[in-house]
Amino acid sequence: MLAFIQQIVSGIASGGIYASLALALVLVYRAMDVANFAQGEMATFSTFISYSLIEYAHLDFWTAFVITIVASFALGIGIERLLIRPFEGAPVLTLVIVTLGLFTIINGVTGLVWGYVFKEYRGAFISQPVRFGGLYLDTQDLGVLAVVLVMLLLLYLFFSRTKIGLAMRAASLYPESSRLLGVRVGWMLALGWGLAAAVGAVSGMMVAPIIFLDPNMMQSILLFAFAAAVLGGIESPLGSVVGGIAIGIVMALVGTYIPGGQDLRLAFGLIVIVVVLLVRPAGLFGRAAVRRV
Amino acid sequence: MRRLPAVRPEIVGLVVVGGVVLIGLPTVTNQFYTFEFAKVAIFVIALLGLNILTGYSGQISLGNGAFMAVGGYTTAILVHGPGVPYWATIPAAGLLAGVGGVLIGIPALRLTGIYLALATFALALSIPPVLNHFDSFTGGHSGIVMPPVLAPFGLDLSQEQWLYYLNAGIALVLFAFAWGVVRSRTGRAFMAIRDSETAAVASGINLAYYKTLAFGLSAFYAGVAGSLLAIATSYLNPDSFGLSLSLALLVGIVIGGLGLDFGAVLGGLFVVWLPYFAEKASGLQIGVFSFPGKPDIIFGALLILILFFAPNGAAGLLRRGWLWYLSLRGAARLPAAEPVAEREPTEIVP
Repeated sequence: MLAFIQQIVSGIASGGIYASLALALVLVYRAMDVANFAQGEMATFSTFISYSLIEYAHLDFWTAFVITIVASFALGIGIERLLIRPFEGAPVLTLVIVTLGLFTIINGVTGLVWGYVFKEYRGAFISQPVRFGGLYLDTQDLGVLAVVLVMLLLLYLFFSRTKIGLAMRAASLYPESSRLLGVRVGWMLALGWGLAAAVGAVSGMMVAPIIFLDPNMMQSILLFAFAAAVLGGIESPLGSVVGGIAIGIVMALVGTYIPGGQDLRLAFGLIVIVVVLLVRPAGLFGRAAVRRV
Repeated sequence: MRRLPAVRPEIVGLVVVGGVVLIGLPTVTNQFYTFEFAKVAIFVIALLGLNILTGYSGQISLGNGAFMAVGGYTTAILVHGPGVPYWATIPAAGLLAGVGGVLIGIPALRLTGIYLALATFALALSIPPVLNHFDSFTGGHSGIVMPPVLAPFGLDLSQEQWLYYLNAGIALVLFAFAWGVVRSRTGRAFMAIRDSETAAVASGINLAYYKTLAFGLSAFYAGVAGSLLAIATSYLNPDSFGLSLSLALLVGIVIGGLGLDFGAVLGGLFVVWLPYFAEKASGLQIGVFSFPGKPDIIFGALLILILFFAPNGAAGLLRRGWLWYLSLRGAARLPAAEPVAEREPTEIVP
């Protein structure tokens, strides 16, 4: 029983990472109704930036962390302005293919700059067991969770308490009316991409110390994040967090209790996506989509 | 009586030249190039399938690499285990993959747009680890080795030449089949679904039937391609069928030309030869700029450029060139020059 609870706890911690990447996906989805397949590769790229800052510029982790987030934010905005904006109003299929193009470009650039050798990434937290009741908690897991929670709180405050956050929500819900009221909708979309890139960067920097750094690091995590976002309802930020934690727990249990489960985790991600979409397409917290003719 | 459309002499010429090139190619190139062209034929087959699904029916799939895996492993396991002759496994591989496609197509019926993209993306990502998991069947990471394929009937052909003729022959047959399908009632139903599901249903098209059929057909093509890939390389392991394969297929068909007959052919040429030329060009110095040896970057960049400047891909550009040529030649006497993808001539019933 204790081992079971232990798995759930570690599942919650990795769930926090899935949740942050899922949140990044939701931010883009809310802005423009498209799933950004390049979100994971963007996060990997950001993580490599922080790696270089730490290893070659000899900055301490948290300074590198902040610089990376700012750089990722700028990069996200740049990508939206440069690559996504020309396709405004294009069919969903086109936008999906554009993000897949972005996926291969960023993956290639990351490999070109940093190579494909797995790198050890020194994160913020040192993995140490802490006894809590009968459980052993990992300081690294706790640290990751704390960072994710702080980030969520900041995002919540941003969207609920600031004028620009309100404008972003308005722009995604009612683009036409917002435009009439003087909200620069185009820039709000860019801001959404920037925020998503920043949030994704956090998830990358949190996961890299656990799974080594390489250009394909985020691909499986992207799948879990998609599963999390779909489970939570792809337009609900709260849903993505709950979904992320749930997926984290499921994957921890699958990895432990099913023989050879490590290999099957991705397939379980696929099953979650398909089953949720068939049974409850709106997810746990999403609104049921109205089909327009 | 249905009147046969007049065939322009240019078309006859192109077909003759194309046939000569197709047959003569392996006699003038070396083994390496011949083998690469054998691979082109494999990708053409896979892309013909993807074109039916994505180009004509409008259903995006990032998971056709998974169906290639089904085909490839069917062939490898049948040849390696019970020792079935390789040529007999090709239809089996196609059919099994086709069944897989129908099975995937049934839940996919309820998924539209990005959700379908998501689910098929997850399919592409999860196939290699699943293949690893069932290593008693698939050999896991170490993969399956098959005996090399030799030319039959004592034909005086090298291994590469035989593979080329085998693949190109099958590709030609499947090309003709796809050509026929998209011009049939079925093909028109596919395109109606692509253009507007609502309108298609209102016109009495059975959405479930045709969508599942599109998935099945597309997976059949992918399965045959996977089988031929296994035969050509006489070795396969789970990493042969990863996400990058599925992405290469999508990139190939978009750059080649979605929903155009020759899109798959141009896409196949592109997917096989671009990495080769990217490799060759790597290290080429232009000032301080060193040309990257990474096809991925060029793939991605071309993909976005093509989507922006030429949404119909290379085949679309060729078609425009052809129409321009016709207009120069005063094609007014031949009204059949209207582009195929934009308006299908309706069948004339006597």
